[in-house]
Amino acid sequence: MPDNKDKWLKQLLWIYRAILGIIAFMVTSFFLFIVIYAVDWPSDDASIAANTRAKEEAQAAPKQDEIVDGIHVATGLKAGEGLDVVIANCTACHSAKLITQNRADKKGWKNMIVWMQETQNLWNLGTNEEVIVNYLAKNYAPEKKGRRAPLTNIKWYELED
Amino acid sequence: MDKKTSRRKFLQNSSLAAIGTFIGAPIVYGKNMPNGYIPVAVAEEIDPFQQFGLHPDMKVLNDRPWNIESAAHLLDDPITPADKFFIRNNGIMPEDIDVSQWTLTIDGESASQSKTYTLRDLKDKFRHHTYQLALECGGNGRSEFNPPAKGNQWSVGAIACAQWTGVRLKDILNDVGVKNDAVYVGFYGADKHLSGNPNKPAISRGVPMWKAMQDETIVAFQMNGKDIPLTHGHPLRLVVGGFPASASGKWLTRLSIRNKVHDGPKMEAPSYRVPCKPVAPGEKVADEDMCIIESMPVKSLITYPKTGAMLSKGKKLSIRGHAWAGENKVTEVQYSVDFGSTWKQCKLEAPVNRHSWQRFSADISLPATGYYEVWARAKDDQGRMQPMVLPGWNPKGYLNNACHRIAVKVK
Repeated sequence: MPDNKDKWLKQLLWIYRAILGIIAFMVTSFFLFIVIYAVDWPSDDASIAANTRAKEEAQAAPKQDEIVDGIHVATGLKAGEGLDVVIANCTACHSAKLITQNRADKKGWKNMIVWMQETQNLWNLGTNEEVIVNYLAKNYAPEKKGRRAPLTNIKWYELED
Repeated sequence: MDKKTSRRKFLQNSSLAAIGTFIGAPIVYGKNMPNGYIPVAVAEEIDPFQQFGLHPDMKVLNDRPWNIESAAHLLDDPITPADKFFIRNNGIMPEDIDVSQWTLTIDGESASQSKTYTLRDLKDKFRHHTYQLALECGGNGRSEFNPPAKGNQWSVGAIACAQWTGVRLKDILNDVGVKNDAVYVGFYGADKHLSGNPNKPAISRGVPMWKAMQDETIVAFQMNGKDIPLTHGHPLRLVVGGFPASASGKWLTRLSIRNKVHDGPKMEAPSYRVPCKPVAPGEKVADEDMCIIESMPVKSLITYPKTGAMLSKGKKLSIRGHAWAGENKVTEVQYSVDFGSTWKQCKLEAPVNRHSWQRFSADISLPATGYYEVWARAKDDQGRMQPMVLPGWNPKGYLNNACHRIAVKVK
């Protein structure tokens, strides 16, 4: 049955080629995917240089991320869940000091965000809004002060003359 | 290239991903972030004390934009020097100012014509006037409000009274020609909005015509006999004594004579507005029920001694300070050393000119050893006196004129 054997061999060869083709396609697709989605592909020489510099500077960055006594050194914000999201979104336009000197509950902080979105070009915060509001209301909550607080933080000194 | 410049260049040239790496967090929704934004976490640090020549006791409330407050004991000078003058910016200060190219344009629906003056024109064409004018931030004292009000948490130091030299706004307006339907004058300055958007003014407020036409409302080019410092509006600014200082536009480039209440940024509710009718603390107030602040209220500050003074028994305590009352005059200042139970008169001087603060002083005998608070309260010519507790709560925390207190011990 040489004819049958020949036919069988041809079929085997065809299957082998098909498998090779599929593997080649998958490998190509994988590399294409990497190139399109995963690599921050530099578009020109300038951005290649910028990225290189960014990496160098990032390595040399002076303690930007250090947290000492529960305070993020670079911004003065309290360490806590959502800190990185707050830094990334809130300090793009204004100082972190605007956060640290204010106090409000969830509703109050939410109102400030709405005001910034309506009048100060703040972008849509998406799902991060809840993270940000929770962080702020937890770490910068209102204090009960009454109608007039006692004088505090007095530095006593001898009055001359 | 120095370190700061190269740092800024790096940030301008970097991709969002690179900046994200730098601060150790992704820039979330970074695609919505306009070009030119630099997260403060990586913004260059400058020393405002050195840069602006400030007294070391000044307190930085905010560094983007700069908001720096003075303190009661720093305000003891009769004329506030630049190093003790509070800084309240709404946007980013202009850079690389060329005084020879600076112009002021007057326009608007109620201007008879549109006219542009160079700085030299203004100085040559109009008569110069010098006034000592009290400028107080509308939010001075905000930190005391309860429930808290959002914004820069000023304590007592957002007040200053410098000597301003310039030309009368009314002389300029009359030179241009004002139509009968004029209602308001709005200002525009060279400072930029924090977002970096060049078409969005950081602040553009104004004053009603009656205020614009007052003798003491001036377009100033000098503060305390020198060019105005950059932080206070170099080379040209409005100075409108008695009104919230936000009406005194800095880095002035344009004035619009409007046939309606000016509608620039921060004229709208709730900015620089208070409830037209009193509200309970924390109450929600609709925008249409908020009224524009005009005259600031009567207020005073004990500028000597600094709080915390200790003196020995039998020694007299000399106090002094300033009092001011917006559009009005202060007629009386009293002090109390028994938490408001009894009050005695202070010596009070007349103002140098309208809208200047007034000097007060007193010599106090403290009867026994112990802890005292010296309270001061002023009264204006309308019979209105400073309250001992916080005045009416308002959503933005303006107009806190509660009496000033210092702590004193007799040993």
